[in-house]
Amino acid sequence: MTQPVLAELQVGQEVARTEVVVDRARLVRYAAASGDFNPIHWNERVALSVGLPGVIAHGMWTMGAAVGAVVDWVGDPGRVVDYQVRFTRPVPVPDPGHATVEVVAAVGALDESAGTARVDLTVTVEGQRVLGKAQAVVRLV
Amino acid sequence: MPVDTGYAGREYAPNAAFEVGREHLRSFAAAVGAQHPAHTDVEAARALGHPDVIAPPTFAVVVAQRAEAQLFEDPAAGIDFSRVVHADERFTHHRPIHAGDRLVTVLHVDSIVERAGLAMITTRAEIAAEDGEPVATVVSTLAVRPEES
Repeated sequence: MTQPVLAELQVGQEVARTEVVVDRARLVRYAAASGDFNPIHWNERVALSVGLPGVIAHGMWTMGAAVGAVVDWVGDPGRVVDYQVRFTRPVPVPDPGHATVEVVAAVGALDESAGTARVDLTVTVEGQRVLGKAQAVVRLV
Repeated sequence: MPVDTGYAGREYAPNAAFEVGREHLRSFAAAVGAQHPAHTDVEAARALGHPDVIAPPTFAVVVAQRAEAQLFEDPAAGIDFSRVVHADERFTHHRPIHAGDRLVTVLHVDSIVERAGLAMITTRAEIAAEDGEPVATVVSTLAVRPEES
């Protein structure tokens, strides 16, 4: 796998673009794997009772799914040294059906002395941003 | 009962070790759609210089939330989880987490501030190997909505 070269990157350059599909079954898998069994992520009745539009994805699922494109681009998951997001909007997951999370990753900043690049993620569902300040710092040397 | 702001600044004792297993990393990777072979294939991970399969970048939340439970499950802290919304999350990886790790976490309550009726609680989980080697820092902010009036 070819790894990106820091000196060849430019701020603003798009480095990855992907779509991730999420349905209720995936949320159940995430609940089991993460240990987050909050019922708003699998029980429609509970989600509605607390004022949500229905079952929503775990914010941490969305955060985890969004960074996959960066990992695949950088070629080694161990090169992601920092990753942060703000949760700005819930992701409703219909049943039947699914939601589609669109991810665009672009270079936000370069740090030659640290040997790192900051990759900014634009994460949307139906055109609306669901994560804010989504930034991954990757080590490239 | 309101959130007890007196918990700000608290530091908990190191918790019991979290043992990271290969199958747990594989199932977490599958759940978030992480397709890189270093999460699932030991040889692929070793080819990149890792001792075993490594965790996706957000797996550390699983380790951190076990430590965070010390705060959230403490009735005296007054945190009603049905009124909690996750505001933001940040992972800083000092080295990748890999299968076979035994991780010990020290939980810090960095701040509890009340803003526009919300209680904003920021915790910091310092995750280390049993020999003290720093592994990851997980900073999480939750917003607790006030009770319905």
